Amino acid sequence: MARPKKPRGRRVIEILDVSKRYAAGGHAAIHGLSLTIQAREFLALIGPSGCGKTTTLGLINRLVEPSSGTVRIGGADIALKDPASLRRSIGYVFQEAGLFPHMTVAENIAVTPRLLAWEAAKIAARVTELLSLVRLEPGQFAARMPHELSGGQRQRVALARALAARPPILLLDEPFGALDPLSRDEIAQDVKRIHVELGLTTVMVTHDMTEALLLADRIAVMREGRLVQVGTPKDLVAHPADDFVASMLETPRRRAAALAAALAT
Amino acid sequence: MTSFHEALALLPDYLGQHVLLTIAALGLGIGVSLPLGIVAARCSRLAAPLLALAAIVQTIPGLALLALFYPLLLALSLLSQDLLGVSFRALGFLPALAALTLYAMLPILRNTVTALHGLDRAVLTAAKGVGMTPRQSLLLVELPLAAPVIVAGVRTSAVWVVGTATLSTPIGQTSLGNYIFTGLQTENWVFVLFGCVAAALLALVLDQLLALAGAGLALRSRPRMIASVVGLVLVIGASLLPLGHKERGVVIGAKNFGEQYILAELLADRLHRRGLSTSTKSNLGSSIAFSALSAGEIDLYVDYSGTLWTSQMHRTDMPGREKMLAEISRWLNQRGLAVAARLGFENAYVLAMRADRARALHIASLSDLAAHPGMKMGGDFEVFSRPEWKSVERAYGPDFAVKRQYQPEFLYRAVDSGDVDVISAFSSDGRVAKYGLTLLADPKGALPPYDALLLVSQKHLHDARFMAAIASLNGAIALPVMQAANLQLDRDSKTPAEAARWLAERIDRPVPAGH
Repeated sequence: MARPKKPRGRRVIEILDVSKRYAAGGHAAIHGLSLTIQAREFLALIGPSGCGKTTTLGLINRLVEPSSGTVRIGGADIALKDPASLRRSIGYVFQEAGLFPHMTVAENIAVTPRLLAWEAAKIAARVTELLSLVRLEPGQFAARMPHELSGGQRQRVALARALAARPPILLLDEPFGALDPLSRDEIAQDVKRIHVELGLTTVMVTHDMTEALLLADRIAVMREGRLVQVGTPKDLVAHPADDFVASMLETPRRRAAALAAALAT
Repeated sequence: MTSFHEALALLPDYLGQHVLLTIAALGLGIGVSLPLGIVAARCSRLAAPLLALAAIVQTIPGLALLALFYPLLLALSLLSQDLLGVSFRALGFLPALAALTLYAMLPILRNTVTALHGLDRAVLTAAKGVGMTPRQSLLLVELPLAAPVIVAGVRTSAVWVVGTATLSTPIGQTSLGNYIFTGLQTENWVFVLFGCVAAALLALVLDQLLALAGAGLALRSRPRMIASVVGLVLVIGASLLPLGHKERGVVIGAKNFGEQYILAELLADRLHRRGLSTSTKSNLGSSIAFSALSAGEIDLYVDYSGTLWTSQMHRTDMPGREKMLAEISRWLNQRGLAVAARLGFENAYVLAMRADRARALHIASLSDLAAHPGMKMGGDFEVFSRPEWKSVERAYGPDFAVKRQYQPEFLYRAVDSGDVDVISAFSSDGRVAKYGLTLLADPKGALPPYDALLLVSQKHLHDARFMAAIASLNGAIALPVMQAANLQLDRDSKTPAEAARWLAERIDRPVPAGH
């Protein structure tokens, strides 16, 4: 597998001092969060349930509107853009895939190109290309319905759908959460490969530190709506900002040690 | 011709009109409820009141809802005549369409709201996330996913509308209900059954075709969809085909009892012989028939002087037969209407008892009746609210223990079986003779005379062909002849057309020389 290309340094996604309250005067889902994600970077957003990581992901394609603060992509404030066309330029893979149950695999993948009014022939070629990219045999899968697929296959189709209109940015919301360990690992490797092949900027929400350490260029650790630490896996392991981050690294550390011991014997 | 063959001959017209009405009401119902349901599903504050309103409409009995739209549309028509110079027909298709559309709404509305509310939130977020606008999400994701449930609502509506459309007959819309209403009045059970079976079959066929469409949508099966659309087009097209060539012609009105059916057939036959085409609106309520003539929605019908006097002119005085007729004529002329002929017989409101019981109690008149308090009285649907009844109460002060209302046919059966002692009856009704009833005399003259008058709108008075067709009817039908014709319906199970033919022969038979 190819090494991740070096981020070019241009700031593509900037989240600037954003807070989000779902009810007026209510509990804030995120507080004064600022985060910059570089072009072609693979960033993992990690934290326990309810820490605000999915809310943060939603800020990037306006599925979540900030209560205060600004989100910029390529320097432009996304609040000034049409939300529908913004979302067509950003791939999004939902928890549990979120495929449209009344559409075939091919139709699901073709949704965004259709919204963008691509030609039929171009769409058909793109669907075939994408199915191959996510390692599903086009002839076998194009005409299937989502309920005829396994969980892993559904996530692959969701990934193909997210990439259909060649977006520069890919957002993943716990994409492997519901999968068995084998398909989980396979798809994780595929996501990483595609991220590199297509030169994407990828933001992935996860609660699994092992996954984050293995896939991400940088990891943003969140807790109770705040950013606790942002850094490369090496930074985090070497200098955890506090006990919370250190405790999150415990499990991967213990598993790595156990694995090393098991493989050594 | 047997009743069954006669019913079959009427089927193209009745079924065509029924299908036209059903499809129009269902189409309009979908057209209104679907957008309303979509709006209600997005704005939950609107959903509860809308659904409650639709449910309330559903609790109004079908017949009442249909009847209410007639005065409503009549008022609207008069208003638009005043304001815009445009009037529309308040009788028949429009009120039936309006009422049935309201009826069709609830199931479609409720299923649309329920289906859209029940959609998986994750799928809706996905629709937003891939870049759909709210409208695209609705059209590409929400409605396709909700479609099977919405189609189920349409199926329920279709069955309700086909059934309820049979009740549009009394407001002048021809439907399969014509079989039922006519059959009920003339005790022609073949007709009643024919109407019921035809309506049930139509409901079943529509329901199955819509079910096929629903399955097609749910399973994304193109053959099913095509089969259902082709089936619907065939059924609707075949039903509507016979309507295409028909012109309205002269519209004959008939109220909702046997004598009126016979007279309507007689009039139709006379007009046909002069080369005029006709159509008939039968089973009209008494006052609806008069308003329909005033509004030009029917061209002629037979009414009775006493009914016009009390119910339309709201008179309570009794000036005597000839003076009353003169005043009625004048009153009609002021309204652009005219008496084209006095048919020669009277169909009076009278009270009647079983002959044996009247004899045993020594009751021969309304005065005698007043001396026997605590009897049971049966009336038709309107008698107790008519001015004549108040006049009888004023003059005689009868004291009844109970007053019950019956469908005319069951009214006569009720007095015959002893369920009631006295009933309101009509003097020309064949059933008076059939059940051997005694008509009670009215010594104080509380009830007006009820001469049968052929009413037309004045514009027809100058139509030579029209007038020639009906001229021969003036004084042509004596009471015993009309009673005999009515008796053929009531006792011999003849159809109105058969009785009318018999009546026509009597009228046309040349008076023997030397008499």
